[in-house]
Amino acid sequence: MDLRLTSEEPTEAERAAVDGLLGPPRSSWEGGRRGDDSQSALGGHEARGRRHLLLPVLHEVQARVGWISPGALGYICRRLTIPPAEAYGVASFYALFALEPRPATVVHVCTDIACMCRGSGDLVAALEERVGSAGALTEDGSATWLESPCLGLCEQAPAALVTRAGEMSTERSIAPASAADLLRALGGGDAGDTGTIVPQRESDPGSLRLLRRVGVVDPASLESYRNAGGYAALRRALEIGPAGVIREIADSKLLGRGGAAFPTGRKWEAVARNPSRPHLVVCNADESEPGTFKDRVVIENDPFALIEALTIAGLAVGAEHGYIYLRGEYPLAWERLTSAVAQARQWGLLGDDVMGHGVRFDIELRKGAGAYICGEETALFNSIEGLRGEPRNKPPFPVDEGLFGKPTVVNNVESLINVLDIVLEGGEAFAAIGTEQSTGTRLLCLSGCVERPGLYEVPFGVTLGSVLDMAGGVRDGRQLKAILLGGAAGGFVGPDALDLELSFEATRAAGATLGSGVVLVFDEAVDLVPILLRIAAFFRDESCGQCVPCRVGTVRQQEALLRLADGRPRGTVQDELALLGEIAQAMRDASICGLGQTAANAVDTAIRQLHVFQPQGAA
Amino acid sequence: MFGAGGGTSSYQEVRETDLILLWGSNARETHPIFFHHVLKAVNNGARLYVVDPRRTSSAQWADGWLGLDVGTDIALSNAMAREIIHQGLHNREFIERATTGFDEYAASVEEWTLERGEEETGVPANLIRDAAHAYARADRAMICWTLGITEHHNAVDNVFSLINLGLLTGHVGRYGSGLNPLRGQNNVQGGGDMGAIPNKLPGFQDIEADHDARARFEQAWGATIPPRYGWHLTQMFQAMERGELRALYVVGENPAQSEADAKHTIHLLESLDHLVVQDIFLTRTAEMADVVLPASASWCEAEGTVTNSERRVQRVRKALDPPGQARDDIEIVCEIARRMGYDMRYESAEDVWNELRSLSPMHAGMTYEKLERLGGIQWPCVDEEDTGSPFLHARLWDEPVSGPRAPFNVVVHDPPVDELDDDFPIRLTTGRRLDSYNTGVQSGGYTSPLRRGETLDLSPEDCERLGLADGEEVLISSRRGSVTAPVRIDASLRPGLAFMTLHFPDQVETNVLTIEATDPKSGTAEFKAAAIRVEKLEVLERRDQPATAAVPAR
Repeated sequence: MDLRLTSEEPTEAERAAVDGLLGPPRSSWEGGRRGDDSQSALGGHEARGRRHLLLPVLHEVQARVGWISPGALGYICRRLTIPPAEAYGVASFYALFALEPRPATVVHVCTDIACMCRGSGDLVAALEERVGSAGALTEDGSATWLESPCLGLCEQAPAALVTRAGEMSTERSIAPASAADLLRALGGGDAGDTGTIVPQRESDPGSLRLLRRVGVVDPASLESYRNAGGYAALRRALEIGPAGVIREIADSKLLGRGGAAFPTGRKWEAVARNPSRPHLVVCNADESEPGTFKDRVVIENDPFALIEALTIAGLAVGAEHGYIYLRGEYPLAWERLTSAVAQARQWGLLGDDVMGHGVRFDIELRKGAGAYICGEETALFNSIEGLRGEPRNKPPFPVDEGLFGKPTVVNNVESLINVLDIVLEGGEAFAAIGTEQSTGTRLLCLSGCVERPGLYEVPFGVTLGSVLDMAGGVRDGRQLKAILLGGAAGGFVGPDALDLELSFEATRAAGATLGSGVVLVFDEAVDLVPILLRIAAFFRDESCGQCVPCRVGTVRQQEALLRLADGRPRGTVQDELALLGEIAQAMRDASICGLGQTAANAVDTAIRQLHVFQPQGAA
Repeated sequence: MFGAGGGTSSYQEVRETDLILLWGSNARETHPIFFHHVLKAVNNGARLYVVDPRRTSSAQWADGWLGLDVGTDIALSNAMAREIIHQGLHNREFIERATTGFDEYAASVEEWTLERGEEETGVPANLIRDAAHAYARADRAMICWTLGITEHHNAVDNVFSLINLGLLTGHVGRYGSGLNPLRGQNNVQGGGDMGAIPNKLPGFQDIEADHDARARFEQAWGATIPPRYGWHLTQMFQAMERGELRALYVVGENPAQSEADAKHTIHLLESLDHLVVQDIFLTRTAEMADVVLPASASWCEAEGTVTNSERRVQRVRKALDPPGQARDDIEIVCEIARRMGYDMRYESAEDVWNELRSLSPMHAGMTYEKLERLGGIQWPCVDEEDTGSPFLHARLWDEPVSGPRAPFNVVVHDPPVDELDDDFPIRLTTGRRLDSYNTGVQSGGYTSPLRRGETLDLSPEDCERLGLADGEEVLISSRRGSVTAPVRIDASLRPGLAFMTLHFPDQVETNVLTIEATDPKSGTAEFKAAAIRVEKLEVLERRDQPATAAVPAR
């Protein structure tokens, strides 16, 4: 922790941004005025104990100034007792932070797969023509545009995110975005807006369970949530107590919706029983899987549901402190969640005496900064702790040593909001929905070449074809070419898979996965090769670089695909495909975390099942 | 302490203690290996308080940094003691059972209110109080110190003042609590253990007082040992000055560059009749010698043992033959003894060791075989069954105490000899940096990306006041002489405080500036406190003064 600070000083604006979050410096040794306290200093454990504020304070500077200068970084280091090299390592880890000067306004244009199907290429072309290539400044130098991975607005694609730094910084999403919208935003004009698309709201509202309040309640109003039955579940949970809640969750056979499908009840029980204290609960809302937008829809429209569910989790496992880690690209969700937490606190639904039952529980919100890997639970812990968002080795598992090394329940948003109905209706009633092993309903993110993209909710066990039918089938009556199921970390299936039953067990048996609930549809007109290249580029960019199989493998995979796409394979096409197979196996076998283990899935399934790159194949 | 010159605790205890009071030590840079143990403790939750005039890299780790004025250590410890006593946080039971002299001590610190402490030391009263409370109330606590305590004209009193705090709170003689001077080399402790000090025979047996011990040695060696203390280093130089000491045999030291007031030291060495230097390097001192005896590198060219700061005796094994005419130190010493008419012969290093075991009770149980088997042993280890002593003075907790009680020593604050005034307004303190060691004899041979040569480190405020730019060469003068060195602006220093090292004597003879004010009991000079003046060179040039001339001042 030796502080070898550089001599760069922060500007007044940077200092104000940092002090706004951390408070004024207590001494000259923390960057205050020299002279008053030249013979004493405090710090030590107390100063280092604030390390977890590194990510929030970096956000403050980025939002205020538009980039993080060496002077600002040095000042942050002095305030938090962090070596500059370490702080630089953290700041440079995240895509949304700039460490070189950047204009105040930045338009992040999503060029990921769902938006590719919906015209992001045209947007990019228009910007290249009018402004210049990505990173070029507008004429007055006040704005620039950048390409971005999936922004989680796939059902309204193409999408963009506009960030404006300054004293009154703003962040707004635009979807669907037109070239005119983007140019207006670059010129300082209004950024536009986004909406919510839950088609069942119109066609069959009775089929919605998790989404039943979406579009019905006012997300800015606790009262509205309560009128719609909100906080009945917490009341019930307080009645039946922690053991009762965990019993209901276990009876419900709820499996985690984050991708690993781990039984939620077992996770909660493990933490509840862990003698080490304190216990913590964390909501993983770092939804970054390309093609996924369900958490965004839930939080933007029903934020209190998540807060109530996390409160119940805290109650059940004996945690007094919870975190919600929201991805950085969701400005509206952040705003709604921030307001909802404040209201819940104000009305005693969070705090020292939850619902007047003498239970203590509060929630801290944390915002990601553009790092897909932070959706991995242990990387997320590191990110909250103010470290680089690199996954940890497991074991120890989070239930033993999670956030801050404490026993931690970490659940994603969809898993958590299921808890409300389970507590209200009882685990057995919940288990009656869906299939034997996959109980309840599933949120599915339909996007791409589909007639009615949007967020759908279906009971487990329906077929893929019937879900596609709900969404009106392939758009413009075209033929289905492929579906990316489960996101970039999931895999491709062909038209022959429409009978596939959507449940954990059936997809597993078929060698597929539901992953984060992505159903990304490609019609016959789509060339899959650029899609695969985009996926490969995504994983190369998002690999944290910590372990060799993933760091090297994601690069080699992209290189091989580029050679194949150029029609210049090294050796024969079969040689390249064999190489890709070997890379895939090495990454699956030897990567530390799920990113590396799944980084080859989409490419691998496209080659093996859709025969892309093979003369007789679809490409 | 309490008769045996060694730290009381093990490294393992450092890692498992609850509070560390690091006093007059920038261990992060000067004892980096020891500081790893401190960091383990910190990571285990231990509190760290650092007492140092400079905000060092060690201080940056601390929960509290007490940036006292140079040479006010006794004022600070007395103020802490008074606070502890007045708050009833002293360990009455321990004091009554295991110590002597408490009442006199308590009376002597009575004048040291927190306010008085702040006035004298510059450390805010509330921080003195916090540190005192934290130390006294900790379940386990240790004080560790180095040269910031001992390189003063009242070094021994400084040490006593820290021991007093340990006795006052009972933080000694128990696992995780102790009083630990950190040793600067791998075998400084071993040198003392082996009697390379003027008042003790090997095993800390007093030459004057312990007649039995002296008799045992006389019998073993077949020679008479003068029953009186010899001279320590400073007394030797005083004897040279008086003309009483005419010949000097220097083993592994470089006094020409390491002693305070270097010009004077060199003059004294030059005026000797005969100077012998035994070393592995041709040091500045060796260059002046009549005879140079090339020795072996003790870590790889010789068999033997070393003893570290936790009193752990460890085996050293020979891997290489010494080059050229260089010879093993034992061989050289024996050869000289024989030429002087005493037939000194040892078969091997183990032979020497076994003789020591027969004469020094605290080493008696340490056979080579056992040292090897246990990976080193901490003294005392009195017989074959004994596996050593992780910490010392557990006897103080016996009921009743076995052996003599531990005495409080009344100590009086006595500011540095070299006073600040209008002519010499800046306090210069000296020390080491991570990348170099002492006069550079051992560390100058390899490169380090951190090493930037000698500089005068000054606060930004002083540099601004004097109109100095970073890197500017300046004239630095004390009452004894002047040197020039480049300035380095160092925000970890406050106005009026300057820092230099002794690492680059060929570039800057820092010890031209330091004062030869020595502690009468330990013989250590006050390297830590000189009064200096800093001047721009261009101003002097206008006055037609030679820029690098030494200004005679006494």
